[in-house]
Amino acid sequence: MSTVTSFRPRTRRNVELVLLLLAIAIVLVAYLDVGLAMGGTFPPDLIKYGFGLLFLSVGFHLVLRWRAAYADPLMLPIATLLNGLGLVMIHRLDLAYGRTGSKLLEPKQLMWSALSVLIAAGVIIALRDHRQLRRFTFTAMAVGLGMLLLPLLPIIGRSINGSRIWIGIGPLSLQPAEIAKILLVIFFAGYLVETRDVLSMVGRRFLGIGLPRARDLGPILIAWLASVAVLVFQGDLGTSLLFFGVFVAMLYVATERRSWIAIGLILFCAGSYFANLVITHVQVRVLLWLDPFGPKALAVSDQLAKGLMGMAQGGLLGSGLGLGHPQLTYFPESDFIIPSFGEELGLVGLFALLLLYVLLVERGLRAALGVRDGFGKLLAVGLSFSFALQCFVVVGGVTRVIPLTGMTMPFLSYGGSSLLANWSLVAILLRISDQSRRPLPDPEELAAASAAHTQVVRLQ
Amino acid sequence: MNKPIRRLSYVVALLFCSLLFSTTWVQFVTAKSIDNLPGNYRTLLNGYSRQRGAILVNGSPIAKSVPIKDRYKFVRTYPSAKLYSQVTGYYSFTYGAGGGLEGSEDSLLSGQSDQLFYRQVLDMLTGKPPSGASLELTINPKAQAAADQALGNQRGAVVALDPKTGAVLAMVSHPQYDPGTLASHNLNSVAAAWKALNATSGNPAVNRSIAGDLYPPGSTFKLVTAAAALSSGKFTESSQIPGPATLALPQSTAHLPTDDLQPCGPGDKTTLTHALEISCNTAFGWLGLDLGGNALRAQAAKFGFGDTLHVPMRVTASSVPPLNAPQSAQAAIGQYDVRVTPLQMAMVSAGIANNGAVMTPYLVKDSRNSSLDIIDQTQPQQLSQAVTPAVAAALTRMMVTVVQSGTGTPAQIPGITVAGKTGTAQLAAGGNPDAWFTSFAPATNPQVAVAVVVENGGNAGSEAYGGAVAGPIARAVMEAVLKP
Repeated sequence: MSTVTSFRPRTRRNVELVLLLLAIAIVLVAYLDVGLAMGGTFPPDLIKYGFGLLFLSVGFHLVLRWRAAYADPLMLPIATLLNGLGLVMIHRLDLAYGRTGSKLLEPKQLMWSALSVLIAAGVIIALRDHRQLRRFTFTAMAVGLGMLLLPLLPIIGRSINGSRIWIGIGPLSLQPAEIAKILLVIFFAGYLVETRDVLSMVGRRFLGIGLPRARDLGPILIAWLASVAVLVFQGDLGTSLLFFGVFVAMLYVATERRSWIAIGLILFCAGSYFANLVITHVQVRVLLWLDPFGPKALAVSDQLAKGLMGMAQGGLLGSGLGLGHPQLTYFPESDFIIPSFGEELGLVGLFALLLLYVLLVERGLRAALGVRDGFGKLLAVGLSFSFALQCFVVVGGVTRVIPLTGMTMPFLSYGGSSLLANWSLVAILLRISDQSRRPLPDPEELAAASAAHTQVVRLQ
Repeated sequence: MNKPIRRLSYVVALLFCSLLFSTTWVQFVTAKSIDNLPGNYRTLLNGYSRQRGAILVNGSPIAKSVPIKDRYKFVRTYPSAKLYSQVTGYYSFTYGAGGGLEGSEDSLLSGQSDQLFYRQVLDMLTGKPPSGASLELTINPKAQAAADQALGNQRGAVVALDPKTGAVLAMVSHPQYDPGTLASHNLNSVAAAWKALNATSGNPAVNRSIAGDLYPPGSTFKLVTAAAALSSGKFTESSQIPGPATLALPQSTAHLPTDDLQPCGPGDKTTLTHALEISCNTAFGWLGLDLGGNALRAQAAKFGFGDTLHVPMRVTASSVPPLNAPQSAQAAIGQYDVRVTPLQMAMVSAGIANNGAVMTPYLVKDSRNSSLDIIDQTQPQQLSQAVTPAVAAALTRMMVTVVQSGTGTPAQIPGITVAGKTGTAQLAAGGNPDAWFTSFAPATNPQVAVAVVVENGGNAGSEAYGGAVAGPIARAVMEAVLKP
């Protein structure tokens, strides 16, 4: 008689720990590099800084061991590395600008990082199963839309650089759209998993593609109108593109109908065409996009031009951390942090950063493939794709793939709301990946359970 | 739902591939052109923060970067102040690099040139701060100083060449300016200096020896006409040609007179040699008619007219326009629309001196990287064969008589046979003429060829004659080269 040895996936938590230590080591070397390049001395903060980073991320790691043992082992090290490198660049810019005291951005970002990691750990502890989120489908929609519209309110709404996407509470400026991103993905997932059967019905066929029934077009039109509203009233191309893109992608995954992509693209093209006709803010962005070095564009803004000049100066290998001039670009620590890295780490460094993002997205999609319930799949896809699309909008904006839009680069850019949102996003993905990699309960245990007084209903 | 998720992952891959492509486009493919955009502050800052290569004459710097304790780390200095202003040009934080070698050789001096790539990679690996290449010039400092001194406060230009190689031995253009005032890190004083420079009459920033508005060559162009005549085979240096007091021009009512309104020889006839010796306008006008405009243009082209040279600064091409019959008579004596650079006239003398072979002029002997390894050495190159060696020898004999007994006697050097030709170019009626002199010496084994132009007759004013005004300047330069 042969023994059946069931395959038991390993948790890979030790791999995570090793990678985490490696990530911290890279960040500390970068910090040391900046200190030596700019001050010529060993930066005294290094030890304090190192321990802080170690404490936070290893703490999170222990939470994962405790509550999500099968979670993906790559996500935490990647997020830590990106967050740490962002801190190094912000610190480097603090030095370049000669900021002191309360003007320093790096301590603030460090504080927000700590808070974000704590909240992410809280998400892991409180959210035992991602399916709990499905209960909040419509709450998420209400709060999400509310947050999206919050900056339009008087008093707390703030308009910065032509985009009304900020709210100010006391000294804090927040971009609620970052949080709204997660809430709306939860809503999309909950809503689509309910309605996917209806939405995938074929009305008539056209050019071999099954078109949806006219009465099912409601949701996509509402999503489209909402994103157009964001564009018109808040002047924010990036957020608008992000929401609509994520919605269409999730709709496609839920229904497996390519026609939704076609419809989405047509709506998108129509929307951008009219936006370029009507909204001056958009026209300016398009002008800057097409010819950033032209006299017409430079008369309006040399923001994009300066970023491109920084990247070009970086070339293949970059100037080295602390040796370039990223402070010559506007917003070098937030929207233009990618040109800052491009200048100092070169094309090679930028490729490495982009690959880290790809890897994170890929792990998220892998979790979506592995998880067994439809809601989890849609949620993981939505979160991963929104992350990928945000990277595309930001990097594509500063390298002229698409018109520039004001958005933060996840984990790297300066900004509390961005850190908070992206750490929470990773926490949810970690939770889903834990579900997807966790082995099914042992059949013998199930048998034992079914022999007990309470009957377990076995569906398989 | 797994199939669309897999498909979506292709979309993600596509999105990121486009980013890899776009970053490569910005940071690698178009990086150089973005770096070179006007107003790219980073390029300027980078240029300042690394040690720019020096420009050397005979081993001692005429432009060098010295360390300074401010944000730009190095400041450019010009030890000779005005003497080399149009050779070096300026290197200014506000106004960029230009006006001479600083501009034309910027990529080498700043260390951005591809020629330095290997060295820069090595420097990067060994942690050595990157620095630019230094340039050793062909200038003979004694000749440069002599030319500068002899020209004095007169406007004009002097160029001296080594006829055998084309090496530029002296290049002076008056008025001058001090490029050091533009290189200062005190941006307000730089702005003031720039304003003053542009307000100065005579445009000191222009290198008159190779660029600017160009000059009518006057009678120095008769060398080209004589070369065409001898090369045609119809004439020898002793051929008798008409030399009346005035020459009637065909197809027009105009007449071409001699300077003194006297015939150039008995019976209105003269030899080719004598015509050059006394610079007979009617004899050369007659030659122009006889040879035709095309022959003159072809001969001029063989001396380098029409070529845009880089020495390495860009040299404006000298030109002879298409000519009808009366125009060819006027062009033959350097009038009408013939326009030349002093460098071009020096090349004419140098070509005659070098058995008819015109060498390509060059100013940079070699360039060296920061470790003083030679990265490029200029090899003398022949630009053209303007005349046969026999014609060159005949022209030399004719030019010697000009200096021995003709219009060029002020250029005589005791103990050395000098060959030369004067020129006096009337620009506009009533205005003072430009005084020209071009020559080479020694006539038998030429070491130096010179061209001098003094604008508006210099200090002699309306009395200016090429020989009297420009001749002594050419003599001073030749002496500086020949006498130890």
